[in-house]
Amino acid sequence: MHNSPAATATHEAHQNPAHLHHFATAQQQKDAASLGMWLFLVTEVMFFGGMFCAYLVYRYWYFGDFGAASKSLAIELGAVNTAVLICSSLTVAMAVRCAQVGKQKAMVVYLLLTIALGLAFLGIKGIEYREKFVQHHVPGQASFHLDEHIPGHPDTPVNQQHAQVYFSLYFAMTGMHALHMIIGVGLFAFLTYQAWKGAYSPEYYTPVENAGLYWHFVDIVWIYLFPLLYLIDRHP
Amino acid sequence: MSEHISSVKLYVGIWLALLAGTSLTVFAAFVDLGPFNTIVALSIATIKAILVVLFFMHVKYAHEKMTKLVIVTAIFFLFILLALSMADYGTRLWS
Amino acid sequence: MATAVVEPGERETYLNREYGIKSWLLIVDHKRIALLYLMGITFFFFIGGFFALLIRLELLTPAGDLVQADTYNKLFTMHGQVMIFFFLIPAVPAVLGNFLIPIMIGAKDLAFPRINLLSWYLYIIAGVLMLYTILAGGVDTGWTFYVPLSTEFLKTNVITAAVAVFISGFSSIFTGLNFIVTIHRMRAPGMTWNRLPLFVWAHYATSIIQVLGTPVVAIAIVLVALERLFHLGIFNPTLGGDPLLFQHLFWFYSHPAVYIMIVPGMGIVSEVVCCFSRKRIFGYQAMAMALLGIAVVGFLVWAHHMFVAGISVYAALIFSLLSYFVAVPSAIKVFNWTSTMYKGSITYQTPMLYAFGFIGLFTIGGLTGLFLAALGIDIHVTDTYFVVAHFHYIMVGGMVMAYMAGMHFWWPKISGRMYPEGWGRLAALIVFIGFNLTFFPQFILGYMGMPRRYWDYSRAPEFQILNVLSTAGATILAVGYLLPMVYFLWSMRYGKPAPDNPWNAAGLEWTIPSPPSTFNFDEQPVVTWEAYNYDEIKGEVPVAQ
Repeated sequence: MHNSPAATATHEAHQNPAHLHHFATAQQQKDAASLGMWLFLVTEVMFFGGMFCAYLVYRYWYFGDFGAASKSLAIELGAVNTAVLICSSLTVAMAVRCAQVGKQKAMVVYLLLTIALGLAFLGIKGIEYREKFVQHHVPGQASFHLDEHIPGHPDTPVNQQHAQVYFSLYFAMTGMHALHMIIGVGLFAFLTYQAWKGAYSPEYYTPVENAGLYWHFVDIVWIYLFPLLYLIDRHP
Repeated sequence: MSEHISSVKLYVGIWLALLAGTSLTVFAAFVDLGPFNTIVALSIATIKAILVVLFFMHVKYAHEKMTKLVIVTAIFFLFILLALSMADYGTRLWS
Repeated sequence: MATAVVEPGERETYLNREYGIKSWLLIVDHKRIALLYLMGITFFFFIGGFFALLIRLELLTPAGDLVQADTYNKLFTMHGQVMIFFFLIPAVPAVLGNFLIPIMIGAKDLAFPRINLLSWYLYIIAGVLMLYTILAGGVDTGWTFYVPLSTEFLKTNVITAAVAVFISGFSSIFTGLNFIVTIHRMRAPGMTWNRLPLFVWAHYATSIIQVLGTPVVAIAIVLVALERLFHLGIFNPTLGGDPLLFQHLFWFYSHPAVYIMIVPGMGIVSEVVCCFSRKRIFGYQAMAMALLGIAVVGFLVWAHHMFVAGISVYAALIFSLLSYFVAVPSAIKVFNWTSTMYKGSITYQTPMLYAFGFIGLFTIGGLTGLFLAALGIDIHVTDTYFVVAHFHYIMVGGMVMAYMAGMHFWWPKISGRMYPEGWGRLAALIVFIGFNLTFFPQFILGYMGMPRRYWDYSRAPEFQILNVLSTAGATILAVGYLLPMVYFLWSMRYGKPAPDNPWNAAGLEWTIPSPPSTFNFDEQPVVTWEAYNYDEIKGEVPVAQ
């Protein structure tokens, strides 16, 4: 390792793992990476958006049945999961901030906390899914049966087919969301390892920031899924 | 080029606001507001989403106008998908 | 990695810098990736063309006597899926866009070279899966995968085909994402938005469509796969679902997809028309805004594919009106190309012949699209050969001709060799004749009532004469497409070495050697001139040898 200031400066420029040759400056590279991640999030908005469209159509058609089916979800678990994700968004934001101010060890801790919270979310989701299997609320199965009545109409049992449409969308949307969480956890595991090795500094923390954007997006999807799936018609 | 660094206080404040919003939306679900239940739930969700986008995702402090344009574009086209699809479903029984 | 094998005295280019298969499969140079794509899309073009020939052979006689009905369903499905997802959508962006965009804006590469290579690998994986689908017995859903046929009733390889399309969609998304970031962030000093070649604007508009639309068809395909695997009822009417919901989600992408296919071609035509008229484009701003207009309004019209499917008549009214609007920016472009040529100094090299073909045939295709947008006419001709003729006029008469124009125009730059001009013009003529003979009779057939996707028309033997003409045309068309394959390959060895600027054209790509060196420019260019500065460029197009 060279010691003269000029050589150190040059050395540091080469040390910066970021600086890819086809970019003129580090700022250009950072801006490009950021725009790239935001465009990827646009594709995710449209991807989940297709399922929200399906949900919108069937909720419009089968509002009563959707309300009945929604009641069978455990609102406490859903609410706790929402809180878990909100906490994980905080830890992600804190991790990025630590990178910005050069606190490497704290950054690693926050990244690990994010992973832990993400795994907690998935664990609770697993419990919920298991509940659905046990209660025979899995669509497409011959054993499907939802023992509910339309909210506000105690004499009208829920339409089993329409309830299955609800659960199809429930599993598709939360399943796709959970898949994105799993990918996020994997991504953050890689980032934590890199952070622990000292790859991120105030000069270069783009991967942490962009992974953070992804994580926040997945959080926002849940922020909409929770009321739409769990809270349709809860008043007695 | 310096990026804006938010304070810990701001992050904790947003975090508390999000948790408060979650409690509010759960509470509101048990109150009979008729057709407004849906509107209230979605409004709270939207406010929470806006807080996450502006502060956790740093969009409020972004020096690039492109970021805001990209977000607005995504929301606009999602809206088109939902609105024009409902133009079909909403009017099928009209005749 | 093989060491450089540049001979002493030989200039180092992106082609001779390294040899060996690893140097191609692990390369991130946008120019080599473009050539990797060229091999893939050429391969799939001929596979799709092969299915087309079988379709035309069957339709020579009214009876369904060449293949079984189920086989015929597979033929038109595979023709459509291969042509659309593995040729039309990637061809211009992934080959010409990849090669030219960084050079046209004065950059060394795309913003994300590794993601560019990933896009190619995704395309190849999807392609292999599609080949597997074909070899494992094919799929017969129609390229549109309509439910509940695809979810409930077919025993064929629906899921593998669906996954192949899904993966190819991500290839498309990443290419679009790469282009948007590149065009925003990597332009050379002085290359302002208003100085960009329209080819770049066209790819910008295309990329916006790719990023916004493709994910929706992706989720539609996922839901079809889930429904098929788990017997859900999302689209099944007997289980409470709506088949039209699939069509809404499918066409939300697939209509803008046709603009993904044609808009890059429009970019090519602008470049070619200006060069071979020796004039600036007429109405640069209008042309650029028209491209964006097509991209945006193209998202508002999708249900015109569903007019008779069961949507509400009020929705049909809205979509019909919006479909009329989307024709306006396309028409502006046709008027402006024509105005560019007016009082220009026109020469008729091969790229210009194809550009002329594009303008005329795209106009016919586009106008017949307006006929289809009229609800009354649509009820009569929907699901007939009128529709088939309409979209082939745009896709083959338009897009494939534009692709050929672009390949001929930039071949000297890409390969460093000139193609034989006489053969080029002959092939263009054969393609034009073959194309019109194939598809014009189909307008008449459709209007007379011949349905599409029918393998047997023995109840209407009067259709036969037009079908025979159409098949004859298809054979001629096939010859027209094989010729360039042969002479392009020939030119790589025996073609005349190309100068930097064989066409005396405007644009940054013509200021660097043919073929370019690996990093495109020796020094970053600083742009001080407007696009299409033909009034400043001295001289005409050099006469072809």
